[in-house]
Amino acid sequence: MATHDTPAETPIGDWLVLVSENYSPLDFMLVADHFEKFLWGVTITLELTFLSLVLGGVLCIPLAIARAYKHPWFNAPIWIFTYCFRGTPLLVQTYMIYYGLAQFDFIRESALWDPILSKAWWCALIAFTLNTTAYTTEFLRGAIETTPFGEVEAAKASGMSNWTMMRRIVLPSSFRRALPAYSNEVIFMLHGSVIASTITLQDILGVGRWLNGRYYLAYEGFITAMILYMILVFAITRGFNLWERHWLGHLRPRTETLELKPKMSMLGR
Amino acid sequence: MNFKKLMMTAAAAVLAFGVGSANAGEPLRVGVEGAYPPFSWKEADGTLKGFDIDFAYAVCEKMDRECVLVEQDWDGIIPALLAKKYDVIIASMSITEERKKKIDFSNKYYDTPAKLIAKESTSLMDNNASLTGKRVGVQRGTIHQCYVEKFFPDAELVMYATQEEVFQDLAAGRLDAQLSDSIQGQEGFLETDAGKGFAFMGGDQNDVECMGEGAGISMRKGSDELLAGVNNAIEAIRADGTYAKINAKYFPFDIYGSGS
Repeated sequence: MATHDTPAETPIGDWLVLVSENYSPLDFMLVADHFEKFLWGVTITLELTFLSLVLGGVLCIPLAIARAYKHPWFNAPIWIFTYCFRGTPLLVQTYMIYYGLAQFDFIRESALWDPILSKAWWCALIAFTLNTTAYTTEFLRGAIETTPFGEVEAAKASGMSNWTMMRRIVLPSSFRRALPAYSNEVIFMLHGSVIASTITLQDILGVGRWLNGRYYLAYEGFITAMILYMILVFAITRGFNLWERHWLGHLRPRTETLELKPKMSMLGR
Repeated sequence: MNFKKLMMTAAAAVLAFGVGSANAGEPLRVGVEGAYPPFSWKEADGTLKGFDIDFAYAVCEKMDRECVLVEQDWDGIIPALLAKKYDVIIASMSITEERKKKIDFSNKYYDTPAKLIAKESTSLMDNNASLTGKRVGVQRGTIHQCYVEKFFPDAELVMYATQEEVFQDLAAGRLDAQLSDSIQGQEGFLETDAGKGFAFMGGDQNDVECMGEGAGISMRKGSDELLAGVNNAIEAIRADGTYAKINAKYFPFDIYGSGS
């Protein structure tokens, strides 16, 4: 079975290695030996996922407004952008940026090559950001377009300018309505980030594939990666639940128990 | 009742046939890679070509079994063998101690050294001090990955799913050097347009622990009969000139190497 880098020093450690190598379907001690590498993988995955989400979140706001109000110049180009990036697989987009751009001499000689385009990390970040921007632009546009007319009318009646109305009424109300859909996008992005491992990055899946390749294993690397992704998704869903409770509290169905209690006590009186 | 009887007869027939003929006639499923020219590559129409492929057909012919080629990415090629997706692997796989713990190997069918490739003008040398902090590319799960991790521990190891991607990134300037089989590097990269301006750097990289004893045909442990059949086939291919014929189709010199 696979050799372990750090020999176990205690009798219990010896026993664990023996069980892990010979009897357990998964060589868990091997995973434990390399767990630090997996933690580095977690940081790469989180970096790429959240940086692209933050950048995409900022970029999508002006794009969605231009789309929702059918800006005469920008609407069509933005539509083409979102259509292309939502209509093609993220893997292809990442390959185009990483392997595709590198084919052109003028790009390899440009000022952008050395600091950015020659680095797998930056190529992944660019691809992920463009992809998530395209998706969030479209559903934020939908949310803006479905702002209840009453809210807009009330804002106008109070004499708000278009800009103030956008800032105070339309955007906050749209964000609230887009929030549940956005949690899906965040999880989708986390899952999509595994594509980083296909362009040499050692993200969670990258480390899993390294472990499998190094020791000729079928499952250990993948199952460890799976568990780590599940933990991350669990944390993200919990986070969004709390956020939704905070932002959408006014929409939750009211529970009757609080009102019933005094009535019950009145009956007893 | 009739049905049961029929099944019994069929089972008995299968049993008798299976024991008596040692699988002769049954197709031999061969795992191959298809992304490792000139040993194996895929034509535009989807057919597989290369030294490994021709060699696989020759082995099947000698064993009197039909060849069914199964394509498999390199980093999953051993797990897929263990999962019985095919019976043997003929994909330039080096015979190493680490792999022998998981699978059995035939005798070698060729043996060529590994070499580094870098820019012609490079000042790098093939030692750890010179490669410290430099980006060295390898295909994931290969003897070359093992070698770089062991002998150039301070280099930045960059891993790819296929050898073609390693060459692509070397040509693009994302790597300072790469380690691969010398023949494969010569024919698959240096002699192509993409390989202009690149050259071998340093000498042969040898290490029995990492590199093993040449490329062999691998199979699941305990396939003793199959192993004997494959070894006989290799010997017959060597003896009757088939090997020389296939060799000459791809290489101007003998790639079998020294020894038996």
